[in-house]
Amino acid sequence: MYSFDIQRPTSVADAVAALATDEALPLGGGQTLIPTLKQRLSAPSVLVSLSGISEIKGVCTGDDGALCIGGGTTHATVANEASAYPGLAALAGNIGDPAVRNRGTIGGSLANNDPSACYPAAALGSGATIVTNTRSIAADDYFQGMFETALNEGEIITEVRFPVPEKSAYMKFEQPASRFALVGVFVAKYADGVRVAVTGASEEGVFRWTEAEAALSSNFSADAVPAAPSGDGMISDLHGSSAYRAHLVAVMTKRAVAAAS
Amino acid sequence: MTKVTMTVNGKAVSGEVKGNTLLTEFLREDLRLTGTHVGCDTSQCGACVVHVNGEAVKSCTMFAAEADGAEVKTVEGMANADGSLSVIQQAFQEYHGLQCGFCTPGMVMSAAALLKDNPKPSEAEVRDYLEGNICRCTGYHNIVRAIMAASGQDVPAVAAE
Repeated sequence: MYSFDIQRPTSVADAVAALATDEALPLGGGQTLIPTLKQRLSAPSVLVSLSGISEIKGVCTGDDGALCIGGGTTHATVANEASAYPGLAALAGNIGDPAVRNRGTIGGSLANNDPSACYPAAALGSGATIVTNTRSIAADDYFQGMFETALNEGEIITEVRFPVPEKSAYMKFEQPASRFALVGVFVAKYADGVRVAVTGASEEGVFRWTEAEAALSSNFSADAVPAAPSGDGMISDLHGSSAYRAHLVAVMTKRAVAAAS
Repeated sequence: MTKVTMTVNGKAVSGEVKGNTLLTEFLREDLRLTGTHVGCDTSQCGACVVHVNGEAVKSCTMFAAEADGAEVKTVEGMANADGSLSVIQQAFQEYHGLQCGFCTPGMVMSAAALLKDNPKPSEAEVRDYLEGNICRCTGYHNIVRAIMAASGQDVPAVAAE
């Protein structure tokens, strides 16, 4: 790793102030950023650890019934405490391995927007709201491509608000070594329609499969899932071709619909 | 340099660390607690697992400064007060849950974290929990048997060859 200073503020305000330094970077749980730093792919002057900020940790239910998760909440805490939204709790409990889940955070995952990460599928598939220190961003506006988000430099995710669906499930076809999603599909059935979000497949990162949403909104059954989408624009690598990933999109959607509860 | 103070295996310790000092470096090089191993240094293998505030973490993927004020437990803190092996360590010995021993510190710490939350896990739960701990010698069978034994469950009935 290159040299850098580390700061550990205890409030969002202090963290925002620290991030105003040139070349400062926020550090969530570090389960992606620390390996990146070790490879010298990132060279911050200051790392601002968010792990000491208790105001952005925890799970609660908002006045509107939405499940509100602090940006600094670990995957393990979401898995244990988000019982009001079982599809989301199950997703969090299957990220990485137990030690990774004890450090990695929802805010860190969403800010990084890895094209194969699980949380972006839940946020987009739930129509969640990403709340930062300055504003609220709808998930539909938040994800802007592989590793790209609507966040500005120095902006911190303080909370993520998930409307709780009637039924939901996440099905992940795991890349067996990393446990990242080769393809993962999050399906959520709300009173006003069904949302289907796909991670791991597209070169543009997480996306909504609108064709399946339309079909499932009128008939929520695995048989209603359309034929696999085109493989154009899908990731092709040693783990699977674009055509294979496109095939998996339909298969995992069917499984998610069948498993939704 | 940043001053850090933490409790490691019940003892208060402090030191000066650089921003990029990993918790595992602080434990091994500053405190000379070399029981915690570094296998891959990429958070895959789990040889470096320790407990921070009671939770299993990969100490190669956490900075020492982030453990300031924390309670840390390493494999050196696992034995009983009289120096005898803990139930889990004894089970690893009895069931030959190691060959070269490199992964063992992390396996023991992960096993302890599992049994704290789930005192009677099924064999499948043990195997699932060890997702983040890699062993290249044993094929895992005897590790799983050791953990089942440490949980007080019937061992011959599990980990079929």
